[in-house]
Amino acid sequence: MTTEAATEVPRLISIDGLGDLFEALVAGGYRVIGPAVQDGAIVLRELSSAAELPSGWGVRLEPGGYQLRRRDDTAAFGHAAGPQSWKRFLHPPRERLWSATRTAAGFEVSGDDDEPPRYAFLGVRPCDLRAIAIQDRVLAQPGSRYGQRRARAFIVAVNCTEPGETCFCTSMGTGPGVDGAAGYDLALTELVDESGHRFVVDVGSPRGADILAQVRSEPAGDDVRRARSAVEAAADRMGRHLETEGLRELMAASHRAARWDDVAARCLTCGNCTMACPTCFCTSIEEVTDLTGEHAERWERWDSCFDVDFSYLHGGSVRPSAKSRYRQWLTHKLGTWHDQFGSSGCVGCGRCIVWCPVGIDLTEECKALQAERDAVEGPVEGSAEEKS
Amino acid sequence: MTAVQEHTITPTAPVPPMRPARYLVAARIQETYDTVTLLLRPVDDPIQVPRPGQFTMLYAYGVGEVPVSVSGIGEAPGPVLVQTIRAVGAVTRALCAATPGDMIGVRGPFGTDWRVNDAGGRHMLVVAGGIGLAPLRPVVLAALRAQDRVVLLVGARSPGDLVFTRELDVWRRRGADVRVTVDHGEAGWDGRVGLVTGLIHDAIADPAGTTAFVCGPEIMTRLSAQALVDAGIPAREILVSLERNMRCGVALCGHCQLGPLLLCRDGPVVSYAEAAPLLAKREL
Repeated sequence: MTTEAATEVPRLISIDGLGDLFEALVAGGYRVIGPAVQDGAIVLRELSSAAELPSGWGVRLEPGGYQLRRRDDTAAFGHAAGPQSWKRFLHPPRERLWSATRTAAGFEVSGDDDEPPRYAFLGVRPCDLRAIAIQDRVLAQPGSRYGQRRARAFIVAVNCTEPGETCFCTSMGTGPGVDGAAGYDLALTELVDESGHRFVVDVGSPRGADILAQVRSEPAGDDVRRARSAVEAAADRMGRHLETEGLRELMAASHRAARWDDVAARCLTCGNCTMACPTCFCTSIEEVTDLTGEHAERWERWDSCFDVDFSYLHGGSVRPSAKSRYRQWLTHKLGTWHDQFGSSGCVGCGRCIVWCPVGIDLTEECKALQAERDAVEGPVEGSAEEKS
Repeated sequence: MTAVQEHTITPTAPVPPMRPARYLVAARIQETYDTVTLLLRPVDDPIQVPRPGQFTMLYAYGVGEVPVSVSGIGEAPGPVLVQTIRAVGAVTRALCAATPGDMIGVRGPFGTDWRVNDAGGRHMLVVAGGIGLAPLRPVVLAALRAQDRVVLLVGARSPGDLVFTRELDVWRRRGADVRVTVDHGEAGWDGRVGLVTGLIHDAIADPAGTTAFVCGPEIMTRLSAQALVDAGIPAREILVSLERNMRCGVALCGHCQLGPLLLCRDGPVVSYAEAAPLLAKREL
């Protein structure tokens, strides 16, 4: 075994090496966040060792359904997206922005200047890696707590070899493999076969190289090819497909589509899709005071465009109907997100499909909107390409 | 060479965008039964000087924060901020109740502005509905300073809802063509009665050479802008100020979306060429 500095050439680490990687991250001052089985699901939480990873667990996914299943191997990352995403840590559900204390002259403001946490995210899927990059464009503003947490976060991506029934990352161009410019520190590909349980490791940053240098590794040799073909094979096993050609234009042109009434008859406007979505970023800020009135705090919390008060202006909500709120969510995610932030807001992780209590499937809704448009304009030959 | 410059400019840590600067109320003017103008002086480092049309987030201790358009800039010595607030909810009621010496928080300035300088030399037509005159007041003052030709059309629900009434005569004396109308007259009112849109046609002498500035309730904004288009003013020369639920001011909370626009960042001032198709969509 060697501890020589990692190079551009992919390295190979054993399953024990994964434990070493974990220890190296802890020794580096990181709080390691990763997947673990808890409450009947694979959640993301702070881990105390690599033994807590969900080895041998997979998931069965369907619209409105999620079940753990036993795998017939020991893969630690043999599962598709769970109910949470990494935004829970970079963009927490509740966060105090600042506090104020009453004084004779008025009030004093104090910020929360405590040291932002240093997270190491272990097991970031390529779709979720893109989701982080998409949130960066919205939230990583100068001086923001998000930006500070993000800059400190160490990312161990894991290429996807096990897409779920509701996945469509290939449609969105976000997976199943990471691309070189994706912003990870290390990227693993898990291999479990007769030759053993091991990981091919690609280095994405000098910081990643430093950590890998503390882990027993060897040249990956032929396993590089095996790893790449496992990821390529995953691309052919996506459970869903979303036609993205002309999708942005479809969203802009579908304001009066009858399909919105159809989906509104099913949608509970519960907002689960926005909570589970790894890119949905909307928040509200609330004023919280103690009983004496001597102390006030400003708290930011996740909000959802499905909440009727979300668009409230004095006099009433701009979007009182369920159809207008579902339409806002879908057309923003797939359409106007491009205008606002330069990309689609969807990464194809499928969480909104799985965690919708009535199983509304975004890919089906888009197909229906496309069909409705084609019924009016006539089908487009060969593809769903938009004529303009 | 750069080393010296870096030391002469003391780099200050970026101020978290959500933290307010504290201001004291220096003066309070009761505009109407529900509307108040506050003159504010900074206690902390002041916010950057707003441009006409921009807004701030005003914070009332223990109550909350609301978006308020800036109604005056730099008209008294020192970094003074003038804001006009109508009491429509808990926070605005608390702000309207503030008296000289009271402290409030200010974040901003945020959003796009009226681009008053671009209209230099053109006829300026200002159309205001109710408290919509507040963000337009700096436009009128800038036009009077530059001696540009300015016509101001003011509408309100009733005579009691008119704001800046003391100043309207001052502006007239300084050369502005000010025309006022109310939806419903009352005893003692001998002025015009009718919607402000009804004043538009007669107020335009040279449509191609006119830039229009419109702010008021959304229905009034839409109908006024359409009347301006009908009178021959190009849609791109009609600027409207739009309102949605602004919360953060820095395009990260998502509340103020109007289709592709985040109005706290891409607005509140947009050209009618851009706004017209968006305003035509229900529940957008």
